[in-house]
Amino acid sequence: MKPFFSALFRSKAGLFGWIILIVFVAVAIAAPWLGLPNPIRGSLTARLAPPTWTGLFSPGPHPFGTDQLGRDILSRIVFGSRTTLLIACGAVVLGGIVGVTLGIIAGYFRGFVDSLLMRLVDIQLALPLMLLALLVVAAVGPSTTNLVIVLALTSWIRYARIVRGQVLAVREREFVLSAKAIGASTARIMFSHILPNILTPALVVATLELARVIIMDAALSFIGLGVQPPAPSWGRMLADGRTYISGAWWIVTFPGLAIVLTVLSVNLVGDWLRDYFDPRQRSVR
Amino acid sequence: MIRYLLTKILEALIAVWGVLTIVFFVTRIIGDPAALLLPLGASAEQIDALNAQLGLDRPLIEQYITYIGQVFQGDFGQSFQFGRPAMQVVLERMPATLELSTAAIILGTLIGAVAGSIAALKKGTMAELIVMIFALLGQATPVFWLGIMLILFFAVDLGWVPTGGYGTISHLILPAVTLAVFVCSSIARLLRSNLLDVLKEDYVRTARAKGLMPRTIFIWHVGRNALIPVVTMIGIITGELLGGSVVTETVFAWPGVGRLIIQAIEAKDFPVIQAGVALIAFIFVLINLAIDLLYGLLDPRIRERR
Repeated sequence: MKPFFSALFRSKAGLFGWIILIVFVAVAIAAPWLGLPNPIRGSLTARLAPPTWTGLFSPGPHPFGTDQLGRDILSRIVFGSRTTLLIACGAVVLGGIVGVTLGIIAGYFRGFVDSLLMRLVDIQLALPLMLLALLVVAAVGPSTTNLVIVLALTSWIRYARIVRGQVLAVREREFVLSAKAIGASTARIMFSHILPNILTPALVVATLELARVIIMDAALSFIGLGVQPPAPSWGRMLADGRTYISGAWWIVTFPGLAIVLTVLSVNLVGDWLRDYFDPRQRSVR
Repeated sequence: MIRYLLTKILEALIAVWGVLTIVFFVTRIIGDPAALLLPLGASAEQIDALNAQLGLDRPLIEQYITYIGQVFQGDFGQSFQFGRPAMQVVLERMPATLELSTAAIILGTLIGAVAGSIAALKKGTMAELIVMIFALLGQATPVFWLGIMLILFFAVDLGWVPTGGYGTISHLILPAVTLAVFVCSSIARLLRSNLLDVLKEDYVRTARAKGLMPRTIFIWHVGRNALIPVVTMIGIITGELLGGSVVTETVFAWPGVGRLIIQAIEAKDFPVIQAGVALIAFIFVLINLAIDLLYGLLDPRIRERR
């Protein structure tokens, strides 16, 4: 494996992705200390104010303008990114834990457990993920926890499939056979011997899933099934801004750009990670 | 081939049954339909009476069996909002959804195929770079936001097309283009990488060595093999378009099944939600079945593996 940083600096796209992603995460974490206006309470005197730029390098008090309630768009985007990233990361980690565990079990035991699990995957794949998410959120209500669970539910299958395939190959390797020969327990073989060998592909799936989950979260909140107002969320900002589209283009423009940049950077990082871990496989998507 | 066919049909049936089961149990969690149907302040006896009338007082498993039986006759119950059979309400909206999805898939696949081929054949040139940047951006852009931006530019500012609605070709243009951007980005990226792989194959070198015309090689040796995974991809994309219709149709005020489902969720019209989701899943399963069969026809290795 190539050294991390030299591989990174050789790929412009990967470097770009990493930088954007790190900046976004840093800003999201540091949001309360950045001196931004209150994202939830605006001033009605400043409603629908256009972006205030007096020059290229001198943003005014509302660099991205304000919305119909006079709330600062930039501030809402930044605070919205906290929710989005929290939900998306939570869903990807939860989906990952479930998917990897089930994938290992299916691949290791094969037979009945495996066919059962793979049938389950097929059934779930027959229902477009967005509809599944929609149906479940409508049933259990759109709290942050529920959103994490629902998005994880749309995510575990991808891990399970990839991991199962990897485990089928790994379980026949010498180190697994010798661990079995010296009488290691099944749990020990699965988690100390097999797990480390499938973490890399799982990590690549995780990045690609992160991008998909961010878009799905935005879509759910766009149709009103995301984090509930007044908490800022990117999808909701777009939905609300549509009413004012003819007079205030900035409300619908900037939150969308934030989604595109985040998803783009995550995708670039994902592609780069795949090439980094497995140079033979080029970006296939 | 017969065995392959039967396996695939059986798998499709199991998938449909599974989806119906998921839909049944999830909608049972959504809430108590009787409490919603009756006016506020209805007495406990009235609620019990309606529950008995709707069959909701019987054991869950019995309800489930009745439900599956009715569903196979296309009976999802009466819509709470419209007072008509739910499936009828959904079927009326289906043509609009299919019209939009078909237009988007045809447009997106054509553009994506051309762009992907250019990117692979002109590898290392500016053309490849431009295609790849657009494809990356297209994949990162949520369809609903792209839709809003196109409305802002072409409908609000330029006034070339309506901001939303249904009926004429000019209503179809924006939504179809929006979805096509998403379709063609995925197709272009996949086709490019497949083409690059296939171009390295021995049989392509052999064909070149035989002195065949580049165009013949590209169409008969390269294209055929690179297209097979694209066919699968179209199946996956169709699923995303149908599922995503709940969002896109909302953006463009397009009167399809997706928008109907959203309205039904707001009105807690469970029979319509169930019928809509089940119908979309059914169409998706049918399309995937068709693709699996096509795949078996295109690639002899697949049907022989089973």
